[in-house]
Amino acid sequence: MTKISTGAWVEIEQIVLKPEERAPSLPPETKAVPYVMRVSGFLAESAELGQEVTIHTLIGRELRGTLRVANPSYNHSFGETVPELLTIGTEAENF
Amino acid sequence: MTMHDTSYAAVMARKNAIMKQSLGIDYDDYIQSPIAFDYERMMAETSYTMDDIRRIQRETKVGDTPLFELRNLTAAVRRISEPGKGATILLKDEAANASGSFKARRAAISAYQALIKGYRGMIAATSGNYGAAVASQAAQRGLKSIIVQEVFDSRGVGQPEIVEKGRKCEAYGAEVIKLSVGPELFYMLLRTLEETGFFNASLYTPFGIRGVESLGYEIAEQVRARYGKDPDAVVITHAGGGNLTGTARGLLQAGCTESRIVACSVDLSGLHMASDRDFNRKAFTTGHTGFGVPFATWPDRVDVPRNAARSLRYMDEYQLVSQGEVFYITELLTKIEGIERGPAGNTSLTAAVTLARQMDEDQIVVVQETEYTGAGKHHNSQLAFARANGIEVRRGNPVDNVPGKAIVIPEHLAQVQGRVQDLDKLRRSYLKNAAERLPIAEWTDSDFEFLAADIKKDGEWVRNQGVA
Repeated sequence: MTKISTGAWVEIEQIVLKPEERAPSLPPETKAVPYVMRVSGFLAESAELGQEVTIHTLIGRELRGTLRVANPSYNHSFGETVPELLTIGTEAENF
Repeated sequence: MTMHDTSYAAVMARKNAIMKQSLGIDYDDYIQSPIAFDYERMMAETSYTMDDIRRIQRETKVGDTPLFELRNLTAAVRRISEPGKGATILLKDEAANASGSFKARRAAISAYQALIKGYRGMIAATSGNYGAAVASQAAQRGLKSIIVQEVFDSRGVGQPEIVEKGRKCEAYGAEVIKLSVGPELFYMLLRTLEETGFFNASLYTPFGIRGVESLGYEIAEQVRARYGKDPDAVVITHAGGGNLTGTARGLLQAGCTESRIVACSVDLSGLHMASDRDFNRKAFTTGHTGFGVPFATWPDRVDVPRNAARSLRYMDEYQLVSQGEVFYITELLTKIEGIERGPAGNTSLTAAVTLARQMDEDQIVVVQETEYTGAGKHHNSQLAFARANGIEVRRGNPVDNVPGKAIVIPEHLAQVQGRVQDLDKLRRSYLKNAAERLPIAEWTDSDFEFLAADIKKDGEWVRNQGVA
């Protein structure tokens, strides 16, 4: 596995609460899974994915967790066209 | 750094001490009983005048947003209304605030307060628009910001709208703590406040709510200047209650005592807000009944000891709209009014269509917000995501809309009808919640007086309900 360099923008993951440590009175499907945190920051020391690492967040705070993603990115979009919307407000529809 | 026990129970037990240190407000000073507290004095002692609020907001690109007359939509509503009906629909374009929503008004006063009190940074727990507002205001005031946000389910998947809101927080330089589904968001907020000593930019402090007052005040000024009268109704998207509370208070301060205050939420009945499975089946991340109903019927379920956002205190009416209706109106706004705005902000616009149809032609209904739009935060994104997650999306009669199962987009404007939520039922539910805090037998005259004011009724009505 390739090492991710010091200073790279990465995302870590941390299990904040195990299922048995979670808040009382949760729905069963929520209670069954851990409470998980993900935060992005700059990698303090080069490491491989899956290793325990330290990051410095955008405000300079130090956080520890499992290295999950190198160069985390936003890929959300406008989504696949929903044709049902297209004719709303057009001549084709006498609204 | 002092090491504390970070277990769920231990952090929650330190709640009051963390709150006091992170807000600089001693709530004990206002609390009169397990139910009553001196709400007006708490709001007054923020010690900001309306002029102060507007000056502070102008410094950081907030407020003075345009008020547009939606001429084509108004004409379309008149075509489907009885003769003489069809009020003029006005839209307050809050997307023009720094960070793209009215939430900047709330964050602006919190950031100013954090700055003058000497905090180095501020923290907010939020579904998103408010996080972006806090990050944007913090950036302008030279403060650090941390946003604690519920983003993904146990598969690691989040609705496009929520992912976009997280991106926006990060774009303004915030540290974004992205969390899986659960009410432990509050626990995480407390932990982070304790670790950093930052200011708690809660949505529900008096500072935040006072910041929204300028919105109601501007509406009064703008409508009077252009139409020579007060608005007959103001429709407000309702979730946690701050938007409604602040706007209504601002209208009252401007002397608009006769304007009807109409709340509106997207109806998400049947979906559980703390469910890992339902999380991505909502198609809305705010402005819905999952927040609107519980916050109206017990405002103090929040991250401060007493909530400054108390919607039933100001609400005259509560309209519900379906997911499909809001998406239809969002598309119609784009096509006939030539402006693209985010779907969640168009919740109140959807209710305004229903109201305008019932109101006289010479009346005015104001939709008091819009929000920015873009990739993710767009009705096409939300609908495509719903469809990909097995939710049926089709055109039809919106009465067939079933949250989490089918989103039915109206075929015609006349099908946009919403429905009315029984306000007295909500008021009774509030009283039941109060009775759980303190048995009715122990309610004093001052408790009755507080409760009556808090649900906009008189003491006799409260006494006649016989709840519990």
